Amino acid sequence: MTAPATLICRNVWKLFGADAERRLAALGPAPSLEALQGAGLIPAVRDATIEVRAGEIFVIMGLSGSGKSTLVRCLSRLIEPTAGEILFNGRNLLTASEAEMIEIRRHKMGMVFQHFALLPHQTVLENVAFPLAVQGVDRARREARAREMIALVGLTGRESALPRQLSGGQQQRVGIARSLAVEPELWFLDEPFSALDPLIRRELQGEFMRLQSVLKKSIVFITHDFDEAIRLADRIAIMKDGAIVQCGTPEEIVMNPATDYVREFTRAVPKAKAVRVRTVMQPGVPADRNAPSVAATATVAEASAAFLDGAAEIAVLGADGTAVGRLRREDVVQLLLGGSEG
Amino acid sequence: MSAAELSSRTTDPSAGARWLWPLALVLLVLLCLVGAAALPWAFDYPKGLRIPAQRWIGAFVKWLTNEAAVGPIRFSDITRFIAAVIDVPYRAALNLLSTGFLKGEGSQAIQLLPPIPWPAVILLFGLIGYWVRGRATALLAMGCFLFIAIFGQWQSAMVTLASILVAVPIGVIGGLLLGIAAFRHPWLDRALKPVLDLMQTMPVFAYLVPILILFGFGPTAAVVATLIYAMPPMTRLTTLSLRRVPSEIDDLGRMVGCTRSQMTWRVLVPAAQDALMVGVNQVIMLSLNMVIIASMIGAGGLGFDVLAALRRLDFGAGLEAGFAIVAMAVALDRLSQAAAVRQRSMPAPGPWHRRHPYVVAAILIVTTGYVAGHFLPAVRHYPEAWELSTSAFWAAAVQWLNVNFFDYFEAIKNAVLLNLLVPVKRLMVGLPWAGVTAFLAFAGWRVGGWRLGLLTGALSFLIAATGQWEKAMITLYLCGISTAIAMAIGVPVGIAVAARDRLWRAVQLIIDTLQTLPSFVYLMPVVMLFRVGDFTAMIAVIAYAVVPAIRYTVLGLRGVDPRLIEAGRAMGCTPRQILFSIRLRLAAPEILLGLNQTIMFALSMLVITALVGTRDLGQEVYIALTKADPGRGLVAGLAVAFIAIITDRLISAAAARTRERLGLTTH
Repeated sequence: MTAPATLICRNVWKLFGADAERRLAALGPAPSLEALQGAGLIPAVRDATIEVRAGEIFVIMGLSGSGKSTLVRCLSRLIEPTAGEILFNGRNLLTASEAEMIEIRRHKMGMVFQHFALLPHQTVLENVAFPLAVQGVDRARREARAREMIALVGLTGRESALPRQLSGGQQQRVGIARSLAVEPELWFLDEPFSALDPLIRRELQGEFMRLQSVLKKSIVFITHDFDEAIRLADRIAIMKDGAIVQCGTPEEIVMNPATDYVREFTRAVPKAKAVRVRTVMQPGVPADRNAPSVAATATVAEASAAFLDGAAEIAVLGADGTAVGRLRREDVVQLLLGGSEG
Repeated sequence: MSAAELSSRTTDPSAGARWLWPLALVLLVLLCLVGAAALPWAFDYPKGLRIPAQRWIGAFVKWLTNEAAVGPIRFSDITRFIAAVIDVPYRAALNLLSTGFLKGEGSQAIQLLPPIPWPAVILLFGLIGYWVRGRATALLAMGCFLFIAIFGQWQSAMVTLASILVAVPIGVIGGLLLGIAAFRHPWLDRALKPVLDLMQTMPVFAYLVPILILFGFGPTAAVVATLIYAMPPMTRLTTLSLRRVPSEIDDLGRMVGCTRSQMTWRVLVPAAQDALMVGVNQVIMLSLNMVIIASMIGAGGLGFDVLAALRRLDFGAGLEAGFAIVAMAVALDRLSQAAAVRQRSMPAPGPWHRRHPYVVAAILIVTTGYVAGHFLPAVRHYPEAWELSTSAFWAAAVQWLNVNFFDYFEAIKNAVLLNLLVPVKRLMVGLPWAGVTAFLAFAGWRVGGWRLGLLTGALSFLIAATGQWEKAMITLYLCGISTAIAMAIGVPVGIAVAARDRLWRAVQLIIDTLQTLPSFVYLMPVVMLFRVGDFTAMIAVIAYAVVPAIRYTVLGLRGVDPRLIEAGRAMGCTPRQILFSIRLRLAAPEILLGLNQTIMFALSMLVITALVGTRDLGQEVYIALTKADPGRGLVAGLAVAFIAIITDRLISAAAARTRERLGLTTH
């Protein structure tokens, strides 16, 4: 049972160069990279098709220049795609008027930026309240809402600070609070943690997961960090040269990389961190009634700690807490030793 | 800027062809040596083919004033209307600061309300200083204005301040709006660029006459002239700083659903605030630069005092009025710079007077001032008995120098004239216009691509075709020699002070003063010592133009990446090697820009030195001013502007290329 799609992006192209629209049409339905470059067009996004389901974290992962930032800006129409279709709750955004787009962005979308994009002359409170101020919400209401959001990201007490007085991590918390102030349905995060130190990055990743477990937004999350993608994603799309080379759950990607390019990324990632217990569990229940248990959705790496006591098998529990299978020590060891190679 | 764009747009023509430069030079020299007989037209531009630009422009201005109309309204009525509109705030500021509010005319006027008493004005500036930065800035601002009062310049200074208070807001708002429009519409930006270039490079004298004709003689015409001069940097800085707003901020504005005007006024302009304040500072400083020239068309105040002193050759009086301008410039400069970086603080909660303590303090100062002034005349007007004057001392000093060293001065002057100035002048005037034009076009092509070549060639041709060639060459010779000497002084001084922090701060203070000191003030002692002529002009130009030579050398040297110097030291370079093969090499682009600025400074000063009897374009502009001949003045002014644009483009392109070659990021 899959949730309905909030955002569908079908065959989206973005080419830079004069008269790109006409010249793309002239090149036929699916021109190759070489054909485009030969025509003097700079392809940023090629034939991207993705579907973001309600309440899921959809991660778009790619190295710099892969077109991921352009794609996410096409999804919100900050950049006008050259061709394709973007359906938001069934409505094609590319045919929406400028005024309609302003309305949609004001009420349905929020975005977090890599370099925070805080307005330097405004306090934390004013920054968080800014999207509401733009809508014309009166001061008392917007500030009350902003205070709520500031509390949500744990910055209570810093309301009157200016951005430059905050650390990078704190600034991004402000960015997150601001993007949530309008209660968006669709939440874009453009490399939100890339500009932060590794420790702060981990802390904010945890914070982000905590927020999402409460808010259940539909999320498009951009990153160049494969580990981050594995850690956070419900599903991942991997981009290269503007095209999506593989799309799937972290598990699917780690277990079955579609191309050598994807395999290069998965090589460095311990499988145990991506593979869920439910994938490697055996049917039945453990012989030992008192065996420890783990959730079916936990990763094998998380489950492995349960074997420290010397148990040979542990119980696997479903969402409702009943046993749905058993996890054998040897399967875990094999996956761990099989390690990252394969 | 535009030259850099040019050079990046065109393909690099430097492939191999290293012999092209010497070849072009040889051709030019050949033409000079043998061409005179063979190609007379290359030396004297044929009279029959001359473009009668003077007549055209003169007729155009006449048409503009007498006949041009928008519908039923005459153009000159519009300009007079603008003058009247500007006059309102100017009168108000003047009443408040200088004359008081009067009822009635002339000698029967009754003063309804006297001007703000001088101690109150000083305290107000102190208050502003405290508000924008703190105690030190407050003391500095008050000190500057107290200095003005002590030297007896208060009345004039307030007249000047009134015109600054009017010109600066108009310049800032006008520049901001124009800059935003240019940011939004690329076609406007493209159209505006050459106009702004002309506004900045054309000598102010050249457009004084048309302004006089259109706006009438008086302070408002002076404000208009000031605006033309001071607005371009604000416009440019606005467009530039809006463009430099990070793209993410732009995305943010669109993501939260800003409308166009919300985008401009709530996102982009506030985000560019810091850079915009630099523009405000520029407008203030340039307006102060204009104070003297503006006094030629009816702005009174300190500028008028300097000008009058210059006409009397009263060096002491001129210097004092000049230093009053400097004091005002220092105060306004520091205040506006501090305002640019001021930390915003949250207003304290509470009733109105608690939330606005500074407004309350200002009201208190002014009322107390008026009440005190009512009883104490010394508060109303600065008492003459407290005034100080050094004017007699300066006059005596110059006289003493003259009496005791006249022969030495004469000897130096004659030696330089005979051995340097006259030969170079003869050489420059003898150059064929056709050859120089071709060479400039070639140089433009080599350093910046064919567009630049076309531009430099065309501008050079226009100078010749409008009959300005000989005067342009005299301008070039004076400017060239002065620049060379200014660089010869400035670069070594720059090298000497660059590595010494404390010394650099001291030198910085001196050159800042030199730069804000009105250029006319330079003229006076030089004229008194060397009398009129090219040599005098040269000395005055050098004194003014040495400032950027020092400044840019220091900036360039201090900007060199310290890691590279460390690397050099680690490789065992001697200090000499480090200086010549690392620091100077890497500072070369900055120093080139310094050269560019030195030339620009020299050109702007040259126009003023026309007062001491040079025979160049400046003189032509000046004569046109005295004869109120708009055509003649504008054509000569344009020729000066063309020279400035040619050198600016060539040097900027060369600097951009050097920087690219050194792998330094262009900013």
